[in-house]
Amino acid sequence: MLNRGRNIEKGRVITRRMFILAAAKILLFAGISSRLYNLQISDREKYEILSDKNRIREWKTPPQRGIIVDNFNKVLASNDRVFQLHLILDEINDFDVTIFKIKNIIGLDQFEIKKLYKKKERLKPWDTLVVSDNLTWEQFSKINLYLHELEGAKPVLSTSRFYPYANDLAHIVGYVGDASPKDLEKPEIKENFVPGLKVGKYGIENSQEKMLIGNYGIKRYEVNASGKRISQIDYIKERQGKKVNLTIDIEIQKYAQELLKGKAGSICAMDIYTGEVVTMASSPTYDPNKFTHGINQKDWQEIKNNPLKPLINKSIAGLYSPGSTFKPLVALAALEYGILDPNKTIRCKGHKHPYELYGVKYHCWKKEGHGYMKLRNAIKQSCDIYFYEMARLLGVDKLSVIAKRYGLGTNVLGDLYNDEKNGLVPDTKWKRRALEQSWYLGETVINGIGQGYIQTTPLQLCLMTAQIANGGYKIKPHIIKDESINYKDVINKIKLDQSNFPLHERNYLDDIKVEFYQRMYHKKSNINFVLDAMFGSTNEQYGTSYKSRYDDPKYQFAGKTGTSQVRRITDLDRELDLDTDQIEYKKRDHALYVAFAPYKDPRYAISVIIEHGGSGSKAAAPLASKLIKRIIDRHKLREQFNNGNTSLA
Amino acid sequence: MLRERIQSSNYSFLDKLRSIDYLLILLIIAIGSISVFAIYSTEGGKFSFYTKNHIIRLSVFFSLFLVLSFVRVSTWYKNAYLFYIVGLVLLITVLFFGISASGATRWINLYFLNLQPSELMKIAVIICFARYYHRIQSSDIQSYKFLIQPIILLIIPCYLVIQQPDLGTSILIAGSGIAIIWLAGLNIKYFVYSGLLLLVSLPFVISVLKPYQKSRILTFFNPDRDPLGAGYQIIQSKIAIGSGGFFGKGYLKGTQSYLEFLPEKHTDFIFTLFSEEFGFLGSIILLFLYILLIYRIINVGLVSRSFFAKLYCFGFATAIFLYVFVNIAMVLGMLPIVGAPLPIMSYGGSSLLSIMLGLSIVMSCKIYNQEQISVY
Repeated sequence: MLNRGRNIEKGRVITRRMFILAAAKILLFAGISSRLYNLQISDREKYEILSDKNRIREWKTPPQRGIIVDNFNKVLASNDRVFQLHLILDEINDFDVTIFKIKNIIGLDQFEIKKLYKKKERLKPWDTLVVSDNLTWEQFSKINLYLHELEGAKPVLSTSRFYPYANDLAHIVGYVGDASPKDLEKPEIKENFVPGLKVGKYGIENSQEKMLIGNYGIKRYEVNASGKRISQIDYIKERQGKKVNLTIDIEIQKYAQELLKGKAGSICAMDIYTGEVVTMASSPTYDPNKFTHGINQKDWQEIKNNPLKPLINKSIAGLYSPGSTFKPLVALAALEYGILDPNKTIRCKGHKHPYELYGVKYHCWKKEGHGYMKLRNAIKQSCDIYFYEMARLLGVDKLSVIAKRYGLGTNVLGDLYNDEKNGLVPDTKWKRRALEQSWYLGETVINGIGQGYIQTTPLQLCLMTAQIANGGYKIKPHIIKDESINYKDVINKIKLDQSNFPLHERNYLDDIKVEFYQRMYHKKSNINFVLDAMFGSTNEQYGTSYKSRYDDPKYQFAGKTGTSQVRRITDLDRELDLDTDQIEYKKRDHALYVAFAPYKDPRYAISVIIEHGGSGSKAAAPLASKLIKRIIDRHKLREQFNNGNTSLA
Repeated sequence: MLRERIQSSNYSFLDKLRSIDYLLILLIIAIGSISVFAIYSTEGGKFSFYTKNHIIRLSVFFSLFLVLSFVRVSTWYKNAYLFYIVGLVLLITVLFFGISASGATRWINLYFLNLQPSELMKIAVIICFARYYHRIQSSDIQSYKFLIQPIILLIIPCYLVIQQPDLGTSILIAGSGIAIIWLAGLNIKYFVYSGLLLLVSLPFVISVLKPYQKSRILTFFNPDRDPLGAGYQIIQSKIAIGSGGFFGKGYLKGTQSYLEFLPEKHTDFIFTLFSEEFGFLGSIILLFLYILLIYRIINVGLVSRSFFAKLYCFGFATAIFLYVFVNIAMVLGMLPIVGAPLPIMSYGGSSLLSIMLGLSIVMSCKIYNQEQISVY
C-alpha cells in the first residue's frame, strides 16, 4: 500500500513537471511568434527593400606592380599599357555563341579556345574571364567595333609588366608570369591575389614579391534579381606595390652584357666598401618580356635547347674552379699563418722537371718554367710550382679558414635568388663527412692553384677580391639599396680603421666570425704584400695581365688572371700544346680574371669569367680592363647621386 | 521481486483501432503534405530529385509508423536499453566507418539511405531514460547514485556526436535527456546549479569550440561582422522571412530562395522558404500545427497509465518542441546557426525516420494506454 501511495505521488510529480514545461514551451513559442510579427509585419518594408536589391557583389581590381629602378632611378621594370578582353560571365546567355563570335573577330585557335573553357570551369558564375591579356591595337579596335553584338564582353585598358632593357637584366630582375598553385600558397601572394594577376617567377620579381605586389582594390555593386549590376556602392582603390631600388648601374650592366655577347660567362663588379653590386652580368641571356604573357613553345625551346644555357644565372649559380685567381688568397693565408718567408726561393724548372709528391707529378702551366721565384714574382707570373709547395706547407684546413673568411663557400646575396649556389671550400672535415674519405696531400697541392674540389661563383670571387682590396675588411654585399647603411660612415669607418692599425684583441688566425666592416686580417703588412703583388701582375713586365694595363693612375688597376681546367690534363695534351681554338669547345679551359681599381685608393672590385674562353690573360683580362674604365668614368656620378640620396634620407 | 512483471489486458483489434489517435495521424499527414510542397518549391517548381525522394521517404516511413504503432508498449519498454545500445554502437561505427560530407562525418552508408545515427540517438535517449526513471522510486531520484547513471548515459552519445562534429544534434540529445530527468522530479536546485555552472564555464566552452562554431556564435551576436561570410545565412534568412510580409510572396515566388540566396534551403532553412512564400499567416498556421502535434502527444501521456509511457510521451513532446523551437529560432536569427532540422518538414531521411519512429511509440502508448508495467 505504501508503494501505491508513492506511485501516486510519482505520477503527480511527473504531471506537475510536465505542466511547468508546457508553460515554458508556450512562452517560447510566443517569443517566436512575436519575432515573426516583428520581421514580417513591423519591419516588412525594410526587408522587402533588402530583398529587392540585396545582392552585394564584389569585384576585385588588380593592383599595379611596384616598379624596379637602378641606382640612378632609371626604370628597369615598369607597367606598360596593354589591351585586354574580359568577359563578364553572368551577362552572357550563351557562352558558346559568344566565344564563337570572339573567335571570328580576333582569331583564336583551337588550343586557345580549349584553354578558355578550362579557365571558365574554375571561375564562379559572376567572375570575369580574361579572354586575352595582350591584344594588338588592331584586335582591340575590332572588338570595340563589334561590341554591340558581344554580350558580356568588356574591352579593358590594363597594365602589364614591361622590361625596357629586356635581355640586359633578365638574370637580375627576373620575370613575372601566371601564378601557379604553389605560388598561391605563399602568404604575400595569397593575401593580395586577384585572378589574372602576374606574380614574380624569378629574381628580384620573385624574392621581393611582398614589396612589389601591392594591394588589390574592391568594387562593390548592388545587383538586381537577374544579376545585372545596378550601381556601384563602394570602391576601395587598389594600391600599387612599392618601388624596389637596385644598386645596379644599368649603363654598366648594359656594357658588361655587351662585352659578353656571343660568349658564355659572367661579369660582376662591386663597391669594395659599401658592398653595392654595380653589375652582375650573365651570358647568354634571354628576354624576360616573353614570359609575361606565357612564353610560346618556339621561344621556349630555343632558350631551353641553347647549349650555353641562358637560363642559368652564371654569376651566382655557375660554379667554377677559381684557378689562379685563388692564388692571392693562398699567399695571404700562408703569410698570415707565418708558413713561409716571402723571400724564400723556389725553382720552377718547366715540364721536364715537374714538382713531385709521393711519385705524383705536378706541372706548372709554363712549359719552359719560371726559373727562380720569390713569392711576389710567383703571384705576378702565376707560378704553379711555388704555390704547390706553399699549399703543401700551409695545409688545406688553414687555407679553408682564410678562404671562407674572405667570402668563399657561402652564398653572397642571401635568399634573394633561389638558385644561388654556396660553392665549396674543402677541408679535411668536409671530405670525411661528405665523401667519407680521408684527405690526400696531393689534393692540398692542387687546391693551392685553385683546382680540385674548390668551387666558387663569379660573385664570390668578386667579393673575395673586394675584401682584399679594401684592406681586409668584411663588407655586406647587396643588390637592393639598403637604407640602413650610411655609405659615408661605412667608408670612413673602414679607412680610419686602417690608418689606425688597431690592436688586435682577437686571434685572427682562429676560425672566428667577423662582424661587418670589421677587419679580417692578422697582419696588415700581409694584405699589403698581396695587393702589391697583384699590382705587379698587371702593371709590370712579365705580369700575366700586363697587356691589359692602364698607365693613367686614374684607371690603373691590379688583378690576377686565372685559367681553370675543366678536365685533367694528360701528358699527351702537354706534348701537343694546342692553341685554344684547336681544342673542342667543351674541353677548353675557363678564363678568369679578378681585379680592383683604381690601384691607388681602390674603390671597385671586378670578376670576369668566360666559359671555355681559354687563358685568363687573353680572354678575360681585356674585358675587365674595358669595363673598369667605364666604371671609373661613372664613379663621380654615382658618388654624387648616392650622397645626394643619403643627405635626403 | 526484481523481475519485471507486466500486467496486460487483451485488446481486440477493434479496440485497438478505436483507441488510435486519429487527430495525431491527421496532423502528421498535414505537416507531411506541407513539407512536400515546400521541398517542391526549393527545386524551383520542378518535380525532381529532392521532391521525389522526400515523397518516397514520407510514404515509406509513414507506413512504418502505422505498422509499428501496433507494437506493444511493453515491448518498447523491454527493449529500451537495447535501443540505446544499438544507437551507441552505430555512433561508434560512424567514428570508424562513417562517410563524410562538408567536413563532418555523420553518416553510415546503408545503400538505400545514408543513416545518421545521431538522429536515432535522439529517440533512443528518451526511451532509455523513460525506462530508467520508470523503475526508480521518487525517494531515490534525488540520490547521487541514481543521478550519476543517466548523466553518464547522456554524456557518452553527446560526446560522440560533438566529435562528428555536430553541435546542434548534440545539444538536442542533451536537451531531451535533461527534459526527462526534469520530468522524473529531480530537485530544482540541481537545474539551477548546473545552469549557473554552465554560465560560468561558458567562456571556457567557447574557447574549445571549433573555429567555424566560434565564428557562428560571434556572428549570431553581430551578423554584420562578416555579411558575405559567416553572417550570410542569418542575414539572408531574415531578409527572406521579413520580405514575406503577412500573406507571403506566394507559392513558388520566393525570390530569395529562387535566386539561390538561401543556403541549405531544403534542410535547415526550409522554414525560411515556407515563411517567405506563405508569410506571417502561413508561418503561424504551421507553428500552430506543431503546437497541436505536441499537445496531442502530451495528451497521450496524460491518458497512459504507466510511468514509462507518461515519461516517454512528455519527453518526446519536449524533444519535438526543442527541435521546432531551435530550428525556427535559428532561422529567425534568435539562436546561433547550429544545424538542426525542422521535424517532418526538412529534407533528410534519418531525421524523418527518427521522428516517425518516435511517433509510432507515442501511438503505441495510446493504443495500449491501459497497459500497466510493473515498477518492480
